[in-house]
Amino acid sequence: MNYRAIRAIYLFEMARTWRTLLQSIVSPVVSTSLYFVVFGAAIGSRITEVEGVSYGTFIVPGLVMLSVLTQSISNASFGIYFPKFAGTIYEILSAPISYLEIVIGYVGAAATKSIILGLIILATAGLFVPLHIQHPVWMLTFLVLTAVTFSLFGFIIGIWADGFEKLQMIPMLVVTPLTFLGGSFYSVNMLPSGWRTITLFNPVVYLISGFRWSFYEIADVSVGLSLGMTAAFLIACMVIVAWIFRTGYRLKN
Amino acid sequence: MSPIISVSNLSKTYGSGFKALKGINLDIAKGEIFALLGPNGAGKTTLISIICGIANPSQGTIKIGGHDIIRDYRAARSMIGLVPQELHTDAFESVWATVSFSRGLFGKPKNPAHIEKVLRDLSLWDKKDNKIITLSGGMKRRVMIAKALSHEPQILFLDEPTAGVDVELRKGMWEVVRTLQASGVTIILTTHYIEEAEEMADRIGVINKGEIILIEDKATLMQKLGKKELTLQLQNKLDAIPPALAAYNLELSDDGHAVTYDYDTKGDRTGITSLLNDLRNAGIRISDLDTRQSSLEDIFVSIVRAP
Repeated sequence: MNYRAIRAIYLFEMARTWRTLLQSIVSPVVSTSLYFVVFGAAIGSRITEVEGVSYGTFIVPGLVMLSVLTQSISNASFGIYFPKFAGTIYEILSAPISYLEIVIGYVGAAATKSIILGLIILATAGLFVPLHIQHPVWMLTFLVLTAVTFSLFGFIIGIWADGFEKLQMIPMLVVTPLTFLGGSFYSVNMLPSGWRTITLFNPVVYLISGFRWSFYEIADVSVGLSLGMTAAFLIACMVIVAWIFRTGYRLKN
Repeated sequence: MSPIISVSNLSKTYGSGFKALKGINLDIAKGEIFALLGPNGAGKTTLISIICGIANPSQGTIKIGGHDIIRDYRAARSMIGLVPQELHTDAFESVWATVSFSRGLFGKPKNPAHIEKVLRDLSLWDKKDNKIITLSGGMKRRVMIAKALSHEPQILFLDEPTAGVDVELRKGMWEVVRTLQASGVTIILTTHYIEEAEEMADRIGVINKGEIILIEDKATLMQKLGKKELTLQLQNKLDAIPPALAAYNLELSDDGHAVTYDYDTKGDRTGITSLLNDLRNAGIRISDLDTRQSSLEDIFVSIVRAP
């Protein structure tokens, strides 16, 4: 293992985060705070409890997940896309490092960043609504698992994209709708039964459900299923990344 | 001595079916400066990219210091520093950070003293804290060289190092290359500038349409290039070369108004003075004269243009 190379990539990516602090940390925190104001305080005050917790409290796990998901994808996809775009990828490809080390460096940094962000948003939420976390260890497990999985997914998008448009396309057209329809703002049980069935095909439902369970012990699907689905998606992403590096897809010709 | 770089039967066919390299065989000795010349699209950059691990070979093997570039890529790549043709830099990083990053990427422990030396040698020391985006093109080029040297490579690839670089900076770059060679680094450079190859290289290879068509010691090539041609325009038409001038092997032009004389600038005597004397004695008057050197460029153009 070329640990120094992993460290170099990881620190390089983290340095990029601190350099773009406003964009990478401040702006997601501001937009999440707005969600709390609008949904939690303004609209939420007119909604009675959802499954035994107040609406403002209910949406916290979903909102954290929403940010962690989208930020993981955008961090990781940009992290690997930009060297491709700027041409600096030549150095990564010519260095004595394995593909696994490249992935650990980039995905590790992207996941770290979104975990930090998730925790900051959680703390911000605590300013608006009373928070109670039943299973902190599981909460962290879901957080880390999701951050890693979606950073890997973002890495795949970053490699696949050959223009800024494609880089934005999947997050905008696929991930955002799935997240909004994934039960961030409501319980799946509130949907008509036909829609409920359709919803179960949405992988984000499992993430948010499991994550919310770690807070309030309320879940749309069983926790085991949530964990299993997340792990399955993680493995799928790993398989794709392995294939990318074996074939040199969009990296080497 | 076994070569430090050994390319055998290397071919590259792109997905489009374009054959960029066709059965390249090339050995490069430790410590030499090898210049690879060739027109645009000849395959120079493709060859370098494959050796450095940026592109995959379609066929053939490459060994760096005895290490196969695919099976033993870590050992092979650790020995190489690459300065690509295009200026690819991280605009918002500082010079110091980007050069240190390269060293880490190649798995070397931190060594600020070495980085300082590299930056000083390349006259970048006072720019070490500047963001790369604020540097001029020539400085960015030097930053890329600094990155390539950050991990103390034994082989340095310079792909068109002086393209778009002003004369003074080019001379400075040559100086850096010579210092590196003196420290034992093997250098492979591609260039469009023939004079650069003449100035720098120990050996010269010419690549065209994916094939290496000439590899020769520069000294041997230069000897071939030592020949010069003197053309004398005559005031009056000459029907034949007078027998008194037969020893000079003069060539008379078709219209009879010019003669040409080949001589060797490297020889002890060029024979020009005696030729001019003998011409005057023969009563031949000269209206103009012109000398011409067949340069590496001529040889280069003639081999590359050949069908």
